[in-house]
Amino acid sequence: MSTIWVVENSAPIMVKHTVISRVSDRTANGAAAVPGMAADGVARSDAQASNSAANRKLYKSRVPIYPKEAEGRYRSIKWAMMAFTLSIYYLVPWLRWDRGAGAPGQAVLVDLERQRLYFFFIEIWPQEVYYITGLLILAAVSLFLINALFGRLWCGYSCPQTVWTDLFIWVETKIEGDRGARIRLAAAPWTASKIAKRVSKHTVWLAFAVATGGAWVFYFHDAPTLLHQLVTGTAGFGTYAAIAGLAFTTYTLGGLMREQVCTYMCPWPRIQAAMTDNDALGVTYRRDRGEPRGHHRKGESWEGRGSCIDCNQCVAVCPMGIDIRDGAQLECINCGLCIDACDDVMRRIGQPLGLIAFDTEANIGRRQRGESTRHRFVRPRTVLYAAVLVIVSGILLLTISNRHSLDLDVMRDRNPDHVTLTDGAVRNAYTLKIMNRSGKARILHLEVSGLKARAVTAIGIGPVQGALSVPVDADRIRTLRVLVTVARGDLAASRSVTFTLGDGEDSRTTTTAFVTGERP
Amino acid sequence: MSKKEIDEVTGTQTTGHEWDGIKELDTPMPKWWLGLFYITIVWAVGYWVVYPAWPGITGYTRGILGHSQRDEVTANVAALKLARAGQEAALGKASLAEIQRNPELLQFAMAQGRMLFGDNCVPCHGAGGQGAPGYPNLNDDVWLWGGTLAEIQQTITVGARADHPKTHQSQMPAFGRDGILKEQQVDDLAAYVLHLSGRDANPRAVSRARTLFAENCASCHGAQGKGNREMGAPDLTDNEALYGHSLAAVRDQIWNGHGGVMPNWNGRLTPEEIKALAVYVHNLGGGE
Repeated sequence: MSTIWVVENSAPIMVKHTVISRVSDRTANGAAAVPGMAADGVARSDAQASNSAANRKLYKSRVPIYPKEAEGRYRSIKWAMMAFTLSIYYLVPWLRWDRGAGAPGQAVLVDLERQRLYFFFIEIWPQEVYYITGLLILAAVSLFLINALFGRLWCGYSCPQTVWTDLFIWVETKIEGDRGARIRLAAAPWTASKIAKRVSKHTVWLAFAVATGGAWVFYFHDAPTLLHQLVTGTAGFGTYAAIAGLAFTTYTLGGLMREQVCTYMCPWPRIQAAMTDNDALGVTYRRDRGEPRGHHRKGESWEGRGSCIDCNQCVAVCPMGIDIRDGAQLECINCGLCIDACDDVMRRIGQPLGLIAFDTEANIGRRQRGESTRHRFVRPRTVLYAAVLVIVSGILLLTISNRHSLDLDVMRDRNPDHVTLTDGAVRNAYTLKIMNRSGKARILHLEVSGLKARAVTAIGIGPVQGALSVPVDADRIRTLRVLVTVARGDLAASRSVTFTLGDGEDSRTTTTAFVTGERP
Repeated sequence: MSKKEIDEVTGTQTTGHEWDGIKELDTPMPKWWLGLFYITIVWAVGYWVVYPAWPGITGYTRGILGHSQRDEVTANVAALKLARAGQEAALGKASLAEIQRNPELLQFAMAQGRMLFGDNCVPCHGAGGQGAPGYPNLNDDVWLWGGTLAEIQQTITVGARADHPKTHQSQMPAFGRDGILKEQQVDDLAAYVLHLSGRDANPRAVSRARTLFAENCASCHGAQGKGNREMGAPDLTDNEALYGHSLAAVRDQIWNGHGGVMPNWNGRLTPEEIKALAVYVHNLGGGE
């Protein structure tokens, strides 16, 4: 069994389990099963895995999932992560950061109108979008690394889809009750009480959805100002449209579609299937210990059978509606709620905990062969991911710390690319974009060198004698058109031109071609 | 078509068509697709009511919103004019030299000028103002009617050989076509013009043409062939020639006396627009 992550290729496991399930009607010891009970004191849930191999069709309507509320260590971590990530989302726009007069005082701000991105002490211009590229590479490689080490922690605990779905399921549970109550409600006729419950559920969902969209827009405008405008109805149409759009997607994706997003829309389950291996931790049903599964009665021996009493509690709590005992599968978001459910059952039937646990496929194999288990965190792929992480972060840190407060782009006129004057002299025109990234107005000195120029003229400033002084406002770009003329006799020695721009603080140099229209 | 058949494998009804034993499934549309389709129908009905929709014999249904794209464009243009009004007025008041000195005004004039140049001048003068045979290059230092800001502004306003009463007038006679000179004389003059700009030419033809040039050409182009801006007569001693400076091109110009027309733009563009254009053309690099 080299890899079992690709579900389509894991048919052998499925078949084996299907057979075992059928046997389990009699129980492992051959005793008659008590209907509805998995063991004394543990009810057998009738939950079915929504993706079980037997039910798989090419086109499939959604099987409604009513996850039971779990309790335990992983549920607590999940609550904590929900509180943490939602706090970040809602609070970050309200952090202030003093950048001096004339600059926004919001710590994290995407200023679309002025085309600036502010992140605490960093200010990014549209020309520096490579920083974003670097951050995205870091995010992707971190995802790969964490996936290779600990499994899909992102999916289970941090992904907005997971967090908001969890929030919406929590609302549903508070209003309609736990799994059993919700199933009964769904089947019940439309009484006033059902209508009231459904209406209030969707109202609360919509309220959360609007609050989600409402928080998003604060990242794009000064938050206190915008809040005032939103309340007084004076914000722009685009702002309200953005809130409405995000409210709609939040409501649809978090409330109505939920696990369908992960299963059918998200590319990550497919990608990670190719990026993981047997040594990656993941929520794992320890089938070496659990099988053969079956009904267990109090006092019966555990000899010759597995610890799994087939109570289906792991399926009942699963927000993805799957059966972890079918092995690793792309639907599994690794949230660990089935671990909580199973541990609870193990406690009640007096079996050791951890029948379902964060474990690796390799360890299952080792136990089956009677070897001791171990975790291989240092593997070629984790080393590679870590190396890429270190290199890319290094480059990013280096470039950000050496970031120039000044930049110079030079674009040569291409139409016409050169102008021949009546005396045979040749003129080229250059458009200079001077970027002053500092928070203060500066006077910059421009020097033209690298060729024997007869005349250098800056449009709007005049002829350049030696160095030209160019005033540039704080945090602004100034465009300057510069004409460089070379006399006929000097053309052969004038193939390129160098512009040097700077003041006492910083200096930038750009060299570009001078086109003479003659063969070199 | 008549018989209904359920396909065993899929459990779906077939269309009843059969081609060489191959049958087509009558698979129903996906529900989400059908749903969207019905929504578009409802949307269309709403659209008929709200927006102009159905053509009639004398007009069309106007819709309860009274929306009109023509009105929208008019409103947009008016809003644009209003937004530009301040700078436009400043441009109107400022002298050309003041525009050149004021960075903000200069930027506005250049932006306006680039747009106007693209709309009005590019068909003849080229996208970069680089010109073409018969259409002057606006980048270089050759100016038939002068290259200062004021002279460029004047040329754009009145045009050349155009309908404006003060339009620049100059007429190069068609010496050959109209029989003023003989063919041999035209050939000799062409050689002489080449000689004027320092290029190789038949020396005998050049010496023969000396008197011809003084009698026929010097009145406009000057005794030295240096040209005369008052009359729009080009300098014959430089390396640029509007209609080409090969021997054949020069001979053709003496024979036929081409003279292009530059429209007067005073009727089509406002004085502010012409000012912006003049600043733009001047700053292409050739301005004096």
